[in-house]
Amino acid sequence: MSVSLRVLDDGAWVSVNDAREVSVSELWRLDAPAFCACDLPDFVVENVLAVGVDGRTIDAKVYGQCIACGETGVPGWIPVGRLSDGEFTDIDRERSVLAVRETAHD
Amino acid sequence: MPTDVERWKSEVYGTEIREHLFRFAEEGWESIPEDERDAWFERFKWWGLYHQRNGQESYFMLRIGTPNGRLEPGQLRVVGEVAKEYATGPGTNPLFGDAYADFTTRQSIQLHWIKLEDVPDIFEKLEANGLSAQQACGDSWRNIVGNPMAGDDATEVVDAWPVIRELNETFKGNDDHSNLPRKWKVSVTGTPDGSGQGDINDLALEPAYKEIGGERTVGFNVRVGGGLARNEPRFARDIDVWVAPEDAPAVAGGLSALFRDHGDRENRYNARIKFLVDEWGPEKLRRVLQEEYVDFELETAGEDVRDQYTYNAGGEGRNDLLGVHDQKDGSNFVGLNVLVGRMGADDVIELADLAEEYGSGAARLTQRQNVIVPDVPDEKLDAFLAADLLEHYSPDPSPFMRGSVACTGTEFCSLSIVETKNRQVRFARWLKQNVELPDGVDEFHVHLSGCTASCAQPQIADVSLRGMKTRKDGEPVEALDVGLGGGLGEEPQFARWVTQRVPVDEVPGAIANLLANFDDQREGDETFREFVRRHDDDELAELVEPEETSYDDPMMHNTKRTWYPYAEDDSLDGSPAPSLADGTPITSDD
Ligand code: HEM
Ligand code: SF4
Ligand SMILES: [Zn+2]
Repeated sequence: MSVSLRVLDDGAWVSVNDAREVSVSELWRLDAPAFCACDLPDFVVENVLAVGVDGRTIDAKVYGQCIACGETGVPGWIPVGRLSDGEFTDIDRERSVLAVRETAHD
Repeated sequence: MPTDVERWKSEVYGTEIREHLFRFAEEGWESIPEDERDAWFERFKWWGLYHQRNGQESYFMLRIGTPNGRLEPGQLRVVGEVAKEYATGPGTNPLFGDAYADFTTRQSIQLHWIKLEDVPDIFEKLEANGLSAQQACGDSWRNIVGNPMAGDDATEVVDAWPVIRELNETFKGNDDHSNLPRKWKVSVTGTPDGSGQGDINDLALEPAYKEIGGERTVGFNVRVGGGLARNEPRFARDIDVWVAPEDAPAVAGGLSALFRDHGDRENRYNARIKFLVDEWGPEKLRRVLQEEYVDFELETAGEDVRDQYTYNAGGEGRNDLLGVHDQKDGSNFVGLNVLVGRMGADDVIELADLAEEYGSGAARLTQRQNVIVPDVPDEKLDAFLAADLLEHYSPDPSPFMRGSVACTGTEFCSLSIVETKNRQVRFARWLKQNVELPDGVDEFHVHLSGCTASCAQPQIADVSLRGMKTRKDGEPVEALDVGLGGGLGEEPQFARWVTQRVPVDEVPGAIANLLANFDDQREGDETFREFVRRHDDDELAELVEPEETSYDDPMMHNTKRTWYPYAEDDSLDGSPAPSLADGTPITSDD
């Protein structure tokens, strides 16, 4: 089954099969040791740069900043949802720890 | 690899989008195939329609482009009537009510809560009255800006209006220029006050004199590559070209063709011409323009009048276009303050009545989100100034009202991080009541943008505010980065971001403390910009001092996670969208 993944409105949100699923301004708790000195960066999403699917995981590359220390940048690929039978399944991004991962996208 | 947006544009783009738009309007929102929504919403932008943010599906923002902010007699009334009839939805704004129009920093008009099904009727009414939404959005020539009183302003050195009109007629809907790598923002100014704000546009034409065949001739110097978005602000750069008014379309068209051919289409973040100017430098840009895009010898730059620029410059002289000013024909134009650019539909109609009674019925929009009533003869001036409506839309407001600019923010915009317009109104009211400006300071500009796209032009204000988040007592709250000392003028300057992530309820206190410190430590009668220039970032950060005060912010928490921040049940699950043409929610069956 094919899935359409896009970043739209100048990086405002991620579209999965023509529905808005992930949006800027979300606040994520990251596990991203290389991003800043914080244990688990408290990260505001300011811009979505890219989205990809790797197996059943949908990952996004986003620009943003850690509001604890002020570090800005792109932490890497971050899992933002899952695919099952070509459908998007949300994960509770604002209440879980999202670990930056190595992926097949780049 | 070309992006999806590029691919969609190559399939259906430009004027042909209209027939599809009308077909969907006829058949209703649900007739847009689910797997084509992204493509159609992207294309609709070409006709001025932006799908509103998450939670507001099936509602659109409509942008009406008014070149140079110029509304001909009767058009302001049409805007008010369209807003009153169509720009209403399920959400009521606690300050502005149910139907309103926004006047924007690019001299356009934005209406919200527009239903697709109403678009044909709206277009018919707009177009019957000479107004249009075409191409106000998308990767093309945007609404051309300038001093909205071009042709009439008594201070003018060259009439920019015929040039703007010709550029607009030549390049709007022009297939050779309607598919650019990115938006193309143009400013053409003929007054010596800098009120066209050319420095922050992709292309700026600014008044300048040149010896041509022994005659001192007035025309325009050309600057290229300004823009504020994305933490990458640039001022337009001098490419050492002077152009006569009659040759302006050839040079402007040459530059947009150059951008079309050489701009970066692979990466939208790197697409604006400001990055090409970074890469090439102004000399190469000039050379390629000369060799490949114009067929006459370009003149070198003429003698400009930048040393007379006062607009949004923070010093003496005309910092905005409010108040009463002379026109060439002996009558007057009167600039009225529209706080954060938003005006209730009934007020728009009432102002249209006043414009007809006291002026010619025409109106103008400024880049500081204000409105101008032109053509008021001396003998009618006092009566006009005494009208009740002008108590609210004042020609001489408090500096904090006058200096306020705010973008759309979380109310409707998908890029936003914080609430903006209503917040800026609350800030301005609190500052007016609680804070005095130092002696002799009667201009103080505070611009609030909900994200780094910078629609409110925050980097060119005395105090720049930009949406962020922080934690306060462990809870996530809306916050603002604070920048200081920006402005235009002969030597424009971007604000320096000195204090990050101030919780929104501490921002008015921060501004109050900053102003008190400025008053204390000011040397002689230096301006705020000069004061900022004399300090380094750390010193400035100390002067800001965020603090809770009597200011109360009811919108601290995550307004983006609501379907509408001001709704009683504001949760995304409580959203009435998408809805049918009559507003009945469409319930999905999954
Ligand atoms: C539905 C609401 C809006 C959306 C989705 C939107 C979209 C955008 C986007 C995506 C950008 C960034 C462009 C870039 O990266 O170059 C931008 C920038 C900008 N927009 Fe908007 N906008 C909205 C409302 C407004 C309003 C209310 C204004 C006021 C006139 C405005 C005028 C501008 C300006 C002046 C910029 C800065 C561009 C620059 O100088 O580089 N937009 N907008
Ligand atoms: S600055 Fe950001 S939040 Fe404000 S209107 Fe522009 S895109 Fe939206
Ligand atoms: Zn950190």
